[in-house]
Amino acid sequence: MALDKNQVKEVIAKRVALELNDGDLVNLGIGLPTLVANYIPEGVEVFFQSENGLIGLGPVPEKGQEDWDLTNAGGQPVTLLTGGCYFDSATSFGIIRGGHVDATVLGALEVDEKGNLANWKVPGKMVPGMGGAMDLTVGAKKVIIAMQHTQKGEHKILKECTLPLTAKQQVDLIVTEMAVIEVTHEGLVLKEIGPDTTVADVVAATGATLIIPEDIKSFNL
Amino acid sequence: MNKLISIEEAVSKVKDGMTVMVGGFLACGSPKKLIDALVESGVKDLTLICNDTAFPDQAVGKMIVNKQFKKVIVSHIGTNPETGRQMNAGETEVELVPQGTLAERIRCGGFGLGGVLTPTGIGTEAEDEKQRINVDGKIYLLETPLKADIALLHGSKVDKRGNVFYNATTRNFNPLMAMAAETVIVEAEEIVEIGEIDPNCVATPFKFVSYIIGGEK
Repeated sequence: MALDKNQVKEVIAKRVALELNDGDLVNLGIGLPTLVANYIPEGVEVFFQSENGLIGLGPVPEKGQEDWDLTNAGGQPVTLLTGGCYFDSATSFGIIRGGHVDATVLGALEVDEKGNLANWKVPGKMVPGMGGAMDLTVGAKKVIIAMQHTQKGEHKILKECTLPLTAKQQVDLIVTEMAVIEVTHEGLVLKEIGPDTTVADVVAATGATLIIPEDIKSFNL
Repeated sequence: MNKLISIEEAVSKVKDGMTVMVGGFLACGSPKKLIDALVESGVKDLTLICNDTAFPDQAVGKMIVNKQFKKVIVSHIGTNPETGRQMNAGETEVELVPQGTLAERIRCGGFGLGGVLTPTGIGTEAEDEKQRINVDGKIYLLETPLKADIALLHGSKVDKRGNVFYNATTRNFNPLMAMAAETVIVEAEEIVEIGEIDPNCVATPFKFVSYIIGGEK
């Protein structure tokens, strides 16, 4: 049975959440990656940074309780957990570029075999800008891409990105509803396959060569 | 020295063709009343340095809609479709800069530095034709300082000497820009007497602030 759109997002977010370790400082991109915060396993304490200037991102405030002095990197009102802190943009990106963020989770338009990422520009169509993504990919210790495996049937995991790059050879892990793929010096290694999927399905939905070890685990969350 | 001026006086200091830094991140921490007054004034051909172009109906986004910029230097325009439209139509020049690089270029402008070396953007369009510099085997891009004729900032609490406290995430680019412009105008939510802000909480020392407006709270 095929997953609906929300189930796809949930599966991806839940699987990404398992990559985060107790005490990690994590920066989540806008959109799907934001959902990861909802699935942090019991007993794991993770601190979220928002690059507009805070560590200790808390839940979305209740309606009527919004404080517009306290927003996230999407400009939406958020809350700060007890023990959180604020800082200016230079400090925020010093934290990011300086290698003090343990993991960043970002969406992608395309990822390729070398760990190149494209997610900021479709020439002539959509040019939102890179925002903090170029700094995050270069600076975070671990770069996790969370995305649907294909876009309307089109491959997103490619031999070589065709769109303008966000970063060169910075992606460490790709998590989709179909697979967990690690970027290594040898190429893309298929580590796990998702619910109701076969290795053949994953290979068919991937526009790059996959290294397929014998012991592929299955994740069903 | 009395730094308190009217919003009309503040507007008169922003002249056609100037380079203007505007504090804020997607409108949070932007001097909103001053921006509204600048929309009214119709001042034009400005170059904007700001994190983003906000939303069409908010903060600096309103000045985009009103076509007051000939060029914008920002990290993100995705929340304001009008910026993209003007860019594609060739009406406004858009220089997109990675957010951390933008912060550092502004910091360099205020800190008396000739530039900063960053690994961000290598192998991407952001590298452009920038100089690559090898330091101990690692490659960096040389990013140059940004300065402005005038900075338009927001302060949550400003004392009459010009010391600024920023509440929560309103801080963002404001303290960096306060050091990188010839003239600095802070729109205060609240103006207080000298000594009323705990010195530990001053994020922008008074020296950088030329004028204070607002304080209605």
